[in-house]
This record gives sequence, structure tokens and C-alpha cells, in this order.
Amino acid sequence: MSEASATLVAHRAAQFDDAAQQRESSVLGMWLFIATEVLFFGVLFAGYTFSRVRFPQAFADGGARTDLLLGSIETGILLLSSCLAALAVRDVRFGACRAAGRLLWGTAMLGVAFLVLHGVEYHAEYGEALVPGIRYHPSGHPQPAMMIFFCLYYAITGFHSLHVAIGVALLSRMAREASRGAFSADYFAPVEVTALYWHLVDIVWIFVYPLVYLVGRST
Amino acid sequence: MNSSDRAPHPENYLTAGEPGLWSWLRTHDHKRIGILYAVGITFFFFLGGIAATLIRLNLVTPAGTLMSAETYNKAFTLHGVVMVWFFLIPSIPATLGNFLLPLMIGARDVAFPRLNLFSWYLYVGGGLFTIGALLLGGVDTGWTFYTPFSTMFSNTHVVLAVVGVFVVGFSSILTGINFIVTVHTMRAVGMHWFRLPLFVWALYATSLVMVLATPVLAMTLSLIALERLLGVGIFDPALGGDPLLFQHFFWFYSHPAVYIMILPAMGVVSELITCGVRRQIFGYRFMAWSMMAIAVIGFMVWGHHMFVAGQSMYAGIVFSILSFVVAVPSAIKVFNWVATLYKGTIDFHAPMLYALGFVGLFMLGGLTGLFLAATALDVNLTDTYFVVAHFHYIMVGGSVMAYLGGIHFWWPKITGRLYPEGPARFAAILMFFGFNFTFFPQYLLGYLGMPRRYHAYPEPFQWLNVLSSAGASILAVSYLMPLCYLGWSLWRGAPAGTNPWRATGLEWTTPSPPPVHNFPLPPVVNEGPYRYRP
Amino acid sequence: MKPSPPSLRSQLLTLAALLTLLALTIVLARISLGPLNVAVALAISACKALLVMIVFMRIGEGHPFLRVVAAAGFIWLALLLVLALADVYTRVPLPLP
Repeated sequence: MSEASATLVAHRAAQFDDAAQQRESSVLGMWLFIATEVLFFGVLFAGYTFSRVRFPQAFADGGARTDLLLGSIETGILLLSSCLAALAVRDVRFGACRAAGRLLWGTAMLGVAFLVLHGVEYHAEYGEALVPGIRYHPSGHPQPAMMIFFCLYYAITGFHSLHVAIGVALLSRMAREASRGAFSADYFAPVEVTALYWHLVDIVWIFVYPLVYLVGRST
Repeated sequence: MNSSDRAPHPENYLTAGEPGLWSWLRTHDHKRIGILYAVGITFFFFLGGIAATLIRLNLVTPAGTLMSAETYNKAFTLHGVVMVWFFLIPSIPATLGNFLLPLMIGARDVAFPRLNLFSWYLYVGGGLFTIGALLLGGVDTGWTFYTPFSTMFSNTHVVLAVVGVFVVGFSSILTGINFIVTVHTMRAVGMHWFRLPLFVWALYATSLVMVLATPVLAMTLSLIALERLLGVGIFDPALGGDPLLFQHFFWFYSHPAVYIMILPAMGVVSELITCGVRRQIFGYRFMAWSMMAIAVIGFMVWGHHMFVAGQSMYAGIVFSILSFVVAVPSAIKVFNWVATLYKGTIDFHAPMLYALGFVGLFMLGGLTGLFLAATALDVNLTDTYFVVAHFHYIMVGGSVMAYLGGIHFWWPKITGRLYPEGPARFAAILMFFGFNFTFFPQYLLGYLGMPRRYHAYPEPFQWLNVLSSAGASILAVSYLMPLCYLGWSLWRGAPAGTNPWRATGLEWTTPSPPPVHNFPLPPVVNEGPYRYRP
Repeated sequence: MKPSPPSLRSQLLTLAALLTLLALTIVLARISLGPLNVAVALAISACKALLVMIVFMRIGEGHPFLRVVAAAGFIWLALLLVLALADVYTRVPLPLP
């Protein structure tokens, strides 16, 4: 019995009757977790909506001061990374475990790129004194409520970046396992579930992007 | 292997594996994890009880001489935080639920056993943060952490406390995910949805609420921490923020949280009543669907906590109507329990006494909820002892009694020992009387206008407060009694046998205590629950 | 009986669609549409999210309950938003007594 298939057999956990039940359970479990994340981030979106409804001008002011170019590139990076993750799952379902490993590394690298670019953004915003509580003296005379925009901006993007970092760690682990041939067409639930998490991270950003970067851009 | 006449089955989940604490702390067995939780929640129950004792002692005199106002604030905050998050919410799901869910559906364990153990560690970790906050001087914001006091003005260790609750919230979420997946994917052959015991339906509905509500709490607490640590946030009125926004977020979780506390109790009561009267439950499908309805509608009523907080009157009307609607499925359940008893032959063993106590006290608590749902009445009753009495009738008269009833009912299965019936019945009856002595006067106090969370009060309110505190001392005795005789039974209790209650349910087909993987052979189910033969 | 893995074409076409939608949303944000700006931007985001869920996450495969779970997350968030906004939008300043 090769090492790969020994791992496969050993991976059927004792509480499950068969591999199909195990995979079904893993996928359902991850979707439930995704629903909890929608609600977790949702509070920030709700807070944003609540506040923007009351202070549209302040939000437009704040949004205009974000970096549209970097934000858009970051969005593109995440969308591409989502595609790579999906292709990785596809490959492992075809049994191409090592190819999937390379795609997973690619996804992880794109995640790192996202974090680096976002770090650049934060750095610039610190330079422009737009960090409430730490360094906040915005230029011009914006309404006080613009501080709420920036509080939400850091909360949303901060929590999101934390999730990206966790995703990068998970993807890297999966990539390493995959390049060692740990998965096959019959056993790939960990890859599938990690990819689902990564798609969630992407979906959150898909909604964050217009609310943060596309406010107050029309003149 | 017929074990009904022998000592507790020699090779069971308690004795399996290596001896010693370390094997318990690394266990993946849902039964052991249930017991680990039981130890924790018992500790926190008595911690919250000590806080309650201090509160009731202080309220014996109108001048509130036992403690200062600040200390009193810390006492009721500790009581609330500990009782809600570290006792009530985990109590039935994490102890009885963890132990019984796989057994009741015929599975070997839950879907994610390692995640289950991790949930327990999160519970303990959250508890340590909260105890840390206590040891460093306590928190005085109330368990509701209202802004702007909690974010801007309180000088206590709010961040430590909210971190503790945040962590234990994840314990809740992961347990909920585990249970939902377990019920969906791991039922035994023949165990269709409408053959499930109602306790399983209750755990399922509770898990849905846990999964959808708790993340909102997590973010809300994070926002409190951010606002305290960085000095700015979205609730600050000076910036145009809205403190009421905090309340929307907080109660969006905390109202469904009360359903997390009551739904499992309702499930337990259905099990206890059917066994105590040896009959099929009246209206099984209505009982199942009503729990799902409570879980769903329970998310739509949170604004009834904010009728006088500045919420729009029109939103208040909507929330009021929905709060009346949510009472309907609960009422259906009460009618069905009573109908199950109608013309039945009742065995008044201790679990049944607890279950009957639940029905009566839950009914009183629930009816007074309707008073509070009526906006015109709520304007006068809100933030008075009427509210305090209302929720204690449900949470203590309801959930705690159901929890104890369940502990007694499944004690033989969990430990392999019988508890002594005499002291148990006495404790149950004492508890019923002690409870009413404690909390019924509080309805009157609230109606007469005594505000809650005040450490001192006008002299005319004293006799009712003294009555309430006297009742609390009786209640305290009735809580200590089970600790004693249940503990005693672990050493001296008679061996239980497989099914001492002659109850239906898969958990009663396997030895007491059960073997590690629950069933010698995977069960096959051919009929629905509660098929009691006369 | 297991569904077969998706085609490479479907995944890459979806990526192209997503990037196109990204470009579109940037262009539309530059044009002043008043209150429609936000509605359009969110609608485009919703389309992107649906594409990711359907094509990348394959939510159509697997048990129907998965779709219920995914929907529930968004519906519950909508519930929070709708009722909280109902409060904000209908607040009427009380007159002095």
C-alpha cells in the first residue's frame, strides 16, 4: 500500500461510516461557518449602512480619500486568487494532486500580495493622518462623522486582512500536503473546505470594495 | 450482554483509555466532553450564585449598607455575565446535548469530535478571561455593556470581560455547527427527521440560533473593545454615532440568546413528560415545528428591549406585534404538554416534578412577557423588577429546572448509578417553593415601581425585598442539595442498569454507562419516538 | 453518481466575467447617478458574489441544505439591516411637552 493511500484510509475518521459521509459533513460544516462569517462581517456592513444613511456627505468625503488604484488592484488579485483556488480543487478532483499544490501556492502568494498592498495603503493613510485614535488630522474641513467612516474602514479591512492571513496559512498548509500527494480523487475534502473559506474571504471583499473605494467618486 | 442486574458495565466510556486527568483533557469522546462541560458550568453556576447571594443580602435593607453602589453594579454585572454566558447558554446543549445527541440518533460520536474538545477549551479560556476581570476588580456596566458608558466612561476592566465573552461565544458557534452537521449527516439507518426525539429537534433549533446570532455578538463586543482601546468608534454621540446602534446589534444577538437558553429546556421537558406519563407526546409535529418557529421568529423581536431607548415608535409597534407572535408557538408547546398529561397516569419521580415545575413557571414567565411586549405597559414596567421577575421565571423557573430535571433523568445513563429518589423529590419541591418566594414578590415590586439595578430603594419596598431574599435562601438550599446527593450517588448509588425508567429512546438501549463508541452494533430504527406501551 | 469536476473553460470565463464586472463598477462609480450609484455598485457586487458562489464554490452541487445555509446567512443580515434602518428612518423628533 503506497504511503498516499495509507494516509487516505487512515483519514476516514472513526465517527464516520464512510468517506462520502465525511466529505458531506466537512462541506456542510464549512458552509455553516461561512454563514457565521457573513453575519460577523455583516454587523460592520450594518453599522456602515446605518451611519452612511445619516451622514452621506461625510462618507463621500472619506471614500474619496481612499486609494482607488490600490483597492482595485487588490480586488483583481482576490478575484484571480479565487479562480486559482477553484482550479486547484478541480485538479485534485481529477487526481492531479501535485498540480493542485502549485495552484494552491499561487493562491497563497496572491493572498500575500493582497496583504502587502493593503499594508502600503495603511502606511499612506498614516502619512495622511487618517487613522482615528492614533493619528487623525484630516486635511480640509470634513464633518466629524468622517471619523466614523474611517473607524469602519479600519475595522472592516482589519478584520478582513486577518481572515486573509489565516487563509494564507491554511492554503500554504494545504499546498504543502498536496505537493506531497496527500489527496486524491477520493479524498480531497480538506482542500475543498479550505478553498470554500478562501472564496468567502473573496466575497467579503467584493462587498467591501464598493463601500470603501467607490464612495464619492463621481463629480 | 445483559447488564441490568450487575454493577455499572465494566468497560465503559468512564473507565476506558488511560486513567488520569490527562486522558480526559485530550479526549475526543462526546460523553467525556459533556462531563467536562458539566464541571465547568457547575462551577460557574455557584460563582453566579454567590453574586446573587450578595445582591439579595444587600437588598434586605433599603439603605443598601452591605455594599456601595459601585460594588453593587459589579455584583449584578458578574451575576449576569456568568449566568448568561457561562452557565445558561452552555448548560443543556453542552452537557446533556453533547452527551446525548449522538446516542439519541444512533451515532458513534458527533461529526467533529476534535472541534468539540476545542469548543470546551474555548469555554474554559473565555471563563479565565472573565474570572481575570473579576479578580482585577470586576466590571460595572451590567451584562448588557450599554454604550456610551461601557465604551467611554466605565473605569473597570471591560475589555477583559468582553474578550472572555467573545471567546466563549466561539465555543457556542462551534458547538452549534457540530450539532447541525451531526443531525444532518449522522443519523442511524431509519432515523428519519420525524422519528427524532424532541430533544434532538430542540438542540437542532438551538444550534441554528447559536450559529446565526452569536457572530453578531462577537463583532459587537469587538467594537466595544476597539472603542475603548482606541478612544473612537461608531457609537460616540460626539461624532454623530448612535448609542442605539449598539443596542440594535447587542439585542439582535441577545434576544435569540434567550431562546438558546429555553429551547433545549423545552426539549428536555418533552422527554421527561412523555416518560413520566408513559405516553406519546401530543402533537409531535407541532412540537417540532413550534421549536423551529420560535428559533426563527425569535430573531425578529429584539427591539422590544428598546421601546423607551429612543427607538422610533413605528419600529416599536412592529417589534411589539412580532413579540406577541413569538408567544404563539410557545403556547402551543404548553398546551401540548398539558394535553399529553390529560387522563394519564403520572409517576411523580424527581424528573417529572422538575418538568411539571417547568410548565407552570415557564407559563407565568411567558405570560408576563406579553405584558412587556405591550408598548404602553412596557413604558411603565421597563427597567423595573417586573422585567427581572419575568426573565428569572423563564430562565430559572424554566431552564434551570429543566436542566436539573434532565440531569436527574439521565443521571443513571451518564454515571451508571441511581440517585436517591427521596431527597431528589424533596429538593425539587423545595426549589419550586423557594423559587416562587424569591421571584413572585419581584413582580409586585416592579409593578409598584421599584427600578432594577439600584443598590438602595425607598423604605416601603422593604417587606417584599425581605420576602424575596428569604425565598432566595430556600432556593439556595434546594440547589445545594442535588450537589450533595448526586455526589453521594457516585459512590453509593445503586447500579442503574440499562433502562431504569423503562423509557423509549436509543440512549436507553445501550448499557449504563455507555461504551466508548456508544452502541455495540449500529442501531436500525423502525418506529418513531415515545412508543410507550401501556 | 458524483458530479464531475467543472471544465477549465467555465472557471476561466467566470474569472473574465468577474474582472469585467470590476471594470464596469469602477466606470459607473465615476458617473454621477445620485442614489443609483450605490444601488448599482451593490448590484454588481451581488452578481460577482453569485458568480463566485455558483461557479467557484459549486453551491449548486451537493445537498440542497447548503443553499439554505448560504441564503440564511444573507437573509439574517438583511433582517438586521431592514429592521434597524426601519428604526432610523422612522424616528420622529418628539415635541416638547
